[in-house]
Amino acid sequence: MSAAGAEFEPAAGAELNAAAAPLLTVRIDRKVYRRARTEPVEAVRDLAFSLRPAEITCLIGPSGAGKTTTLRILLGLDPDFEGAVTPDPNAVGIAMVFQDPRLLPWRTIEQNVRLGLPRERRGRDLDGVFETLGLTPWRGRFPGALSLGMQRRVALARALALEPRVLVLDEPFVSLDDNAAAGLRALVVETVAQRRTSILMVTHNVGEALEIADRLLLVSARPAHLLAAVPLDRPRGQRDRSFLEATRADLAGRFPGVIAQ
Amino acid sequence: MALVARLVSLAVLLALWQGVSVYADVRTLPAPSAVFAFILREAQSGNLLFNVGVTLARVGVSFVIAMSLGVLLGIALGRSKLADRLLDTPLLVVLNTPALVVTVLAYVWLGLTETAAIVAVAINKLPNVAVIMREGARGLDPGLEEMARTYRFDRRTWIAHVLLPQLQPFMVAAARSGISLAWKIVLVVELLGRPNGVGFAINYYFTLFDVTAVIGYSVVFMSVMLAIDALILQPLDAHVRRWR
Repeated sequence: MSAAGAEFEPAAGAELNAAAAPLLTVRIDRKVYRRARTEPVEAVRDLAFSLRPAEITCLIGPSGAGKTTTLRILLGLDPDFEGAVTPDPNAVGIAMVFQDPRLLPWRTIEQNVRLGLPRERRGRDLDGVFETLGLTPWRGRFPGALSLGMQRRVALARALALEPRVLVLDEPFVSLDDNAAAGLRALVVETVAQRRTSILMVTHNVGEALEIADRLLLVSARPAHLLAAVPLDRPRGQRDRSFLEATRADLAGRFPGVIAQ
Repeated sequence: MALVARLVSLAVLLALWQGVSVYADVRTLPAPSAVFAFILREAQSGNLLFNVGVTLARVGVSFVIAMSLGVLLGIALGRSKLADRLLDTPLLVVLNTPALVVTVLAYVWLGLTETAAIVAVAINKLPNVAVIMREGARGLDPGLEEMARTYRFDRRTWIAHVLLPQLQPFMVAAARSGISLAWKIVLVVELLGRPNGVGFAINYYFTLFDVTAVIGYSVVFMSVMLAIDALILQPLDAHVRRWR
């Protein structure tokens, strides 16, 4: 259990991050869905966190816990909540990769990526983005001609082309085979290293989160509130199987509702 | 292969017509050859081209009016609950008013004019377009809407790349069903109150009991409308579906 014990001591890297000003601070005091003729549903209560540059944060919680609601608020799509997102999400430079690729099926891969950019930047050179994601041969094709894994890459390309300061990923690797998922994960990690992008990733896959996250945010069942923020300070390259297993067992012991053994 | 099948079915139809006409009274069912001879004569005199041209122009103008207003109305109905609640009943009323009633009222209120004729055809067709477009506007993909908002698509981008592509199949469906509706109604409108056009010609030959001429005009006009569907609307349909 030594690995699990060490994880609460801030490492040098984490301290450096803590010193950097947060890119985005989210504080949701309460979010209630009210619909005509149904009982109001409280989706989120007291959930607050900050996102810092060059940091991968994984949001983990039971399904239906209000994670998607949290993302919608963070993106500025839903202004109807008690709390605050600072600064204004529209000014930060946030890009989103949805759970399903959400590409425009009637536009080519290239057009899909360009349309995600503001009008004045649509003409920019995207060779690098397409090359990194292995999409160069597919630029002129329609999304329907691509597998789900490739479509996910296009969605990621669309987000990366924006060169966002915050990249939000909603279960981006679900239903991909292990190779495809590992490839995309590596790309995300590389982006953080190169561009100092801040990444917020919602996931059900605890193993995946333990492999790449700098910090885990554990969220309770509905109404969602923050159970714990768990920093993982061992560098990503040095997380061997015993570290992953020990950490997982420790977390499962302390948060049995959120993390399975 | 599809073309061959079409041609074969057409040839069978003509043979059947020829066969029956042998046993029928020449005055009630003329042979195809007699009809084609009439078409040739009428074309040489210039009447055919003039009447078909006038009718086509009426179909064209009222089609454009009904399509543009119907598309806008349908989008409004599909996107706004309030507009749908307010306009659903009037829409149903117009949808169920017989074409003849609309036509007669248009002539009574606007006089026996070209405007009245075009308004009558347009009003007959508009609710159909609106109803089809309403279905399209209701079925917009909410996931893509959210994506467009997240990526802050501006209004022009949203209309051109998110809204219209989702509505295009409905527009083509509305156009195809609308054009056949429009040309059926335009003949009634011409018959009741216009001094020219295919409808007028058919009425004129009907009073002379000249069945050959009536069938001749119908055949020509039907061929023109089929050609418009096959040469313009079907390729358009294929074009908007190319990404599937």
